[in-house]
Amino acid sequence: MSDHSASSLPKSALASSFAVVITLFARFVTAVRGIWVGNEPSRKRRIYFANHASHGDFILIWIVLPPRLRRKTRPVAGADYWMKSPLRRFIGRDVFNAVLIDRDREARTRDPIEVMQEAIAGGASLILFPEGTRNMTDEPLLPFRAGLYKLALARPDVELVPVWIENLNRVMPKGEFIPVPLMCTVSFGPSLKVAHGEAAEPFLARARDALLALRPARNGGAA
Amino acid sequence: MMRIHPDLIHLLYGIAAVLVFASLVGYALQRRYSPDGANLAIENLNDRIRAWWVMAVLLAIAFIGGKTGVVLLFGFCSFAALREFMTLTHARRADHWSLVASFFIVLPYQYYLIWIDWYGLYAIFIPVYVFLLLPILSALRGETEDYLVRIAEMQWALMITVFCASHVAALLNLHIPGYDGRNVLLIAFLIVVVQLSDVLQYVWGKLIGRRKIAPRLSPSKTVEGFAGGVLSATLVGAGLWWMTPFTVFQAGLLALVIALLGFCGGLVMSAIKRDRGVKDWGHTIAGHGGFIDRLDSVVFSAPIFFHLVRFWWT
Repeated sequence: MSDHSASSLPKSALASSFAVVITLFARFVTAVRGIWVGNEPSRKRRIYFANHASHGDFILIWIVLPPRLRRKTRPVAGADYWMKSPLRRFIGRDVFNAVLIDRDREARTRDPIEVMQEAIAGGASLILFPEGTRNMTDEPLLPFRAGLYKLALARPDVELVPVWIENLNRVMPKGEFIPVPLMCTVSFGPSLKVAHGEAAEPFLARARDALLALRPARNGGAA
Repeated sequence: MMRIHPDLIHLLYGIAAVLVFASLVGYALQRRYSPDGANLAIENLNDRIRAWWVMAVLLAIAFIGGKTGVVLLFGFCSFAALREFMTLTHARRADHWSLVASFFIVLPYQYYLIWIDWYGLYAIFIPVYVFLLLPILSALRGETEDYLVRIAEMQWALMITVFCASHVAALLNLHIPGYDGRNVLLIAFLIVVVQLSDVLQYVWGKLIGRRKIAPRLSPSKTVEGFAGGVLSATLVGAGLWWMTPFTVFQAGLLALVIALLGFCGGLVMSAIKRDRGVKDWGHTIAGHGGFIDRLDSVVFSAPIFFHLVRFWWT
């Protein structure tokens, strides 16, 4: 699935087998299921924005998308994490074709919004985590960063789809390294767009509410 | 690889015949009442029949694979069931190591003990050792909120989905005089009777069901369905005496016990689903729900069937 022009044939074959192994492992642990609520899979370019509690989040979204959409759907991820070791670099860049952004405001040479726009212009849909970092708190969702708004303003033609990932934070809680098998779901909600003249704050609040509205109601379970 | 007993082949032919018949009925119903796939009840029925085919084929493969096949199949079923159960518990971050141990140590070890036929340990491993050691593991993290609820739920999950379910595979370890090499047929007897009892309760309930038997736990179950299903499953069980070490009367009596326990197992597991606010345990088996939705009755009847046979026949 790697679209990397630089990757050689053996490397891309290795990347595809890695994708299969990671996918099988994720299904074994989470039996993940996609739920479409007031939305349908579509070939149109989209920005999927989701809650972020684990490094496996984008993998679950990716798995529940129909296979023909997977190839053009790229996760946006922090370069600081995914460039750290050769293995991570391989998984992030070659296996999942991630759009890597520099999160360090001081040191970075390129604006992340610019990098994301470039990927969209190249025909990709994006998976974005607007909390900006993994949520390690007991709150269901951290405040959103402004990136989602800026991107939506720059590309008003691209739909924003809220995606709630349920239970993955329990599969692999903060500081643990062995995943526990628990069933996960990924819920897709109705698409959003920035209204004409809508300011950043009300839009981000609206997007955040749309995401929270997808949380499954259940007694007990995830605390 | 063991030799395949002629009785097993007869049984597999019988099951295939029943499934072919069910598929034809399902097909006819679909042509007549749901040509566009609009009738949800019929679509669900056909989903269920298709899933039955898969389950029957997997069981047949496991039976032909002998003890290793059966241990692997039920080990995997336990894994899927445990995954469903733990999802609905209050287990939290502090229980992470208890959960890791449950999935990756307790479950494989229980099935390993069955595989090496160490009855003295697999009969008490979870009820005694795990019962005492698991709460220690959870206590080490020092999180006391909901502590009793959390450990009780984990114990229960392990007892039901691992300990009880593993007794299906343990039936292979019973040494019944004059019945050597045919033990997979005991498993077949248990599963056929329990599952047919479920199906027949459904059929009788649809045909003549009026009075609800447990409206709060399981609104679709009726007195007529219960009586009709359990009685007809008892008769089928008696009719299967030829593949068991039992006489016709004994086979019927055991089938009655199995069917009654299976029915109660369904009620108990429904009560848990109502408590947790979910309709099904999972979604992995099309038309049926999760593994526990399909296995609840087997899990409740297996250990008692195992011990009754062990006590009276070995």
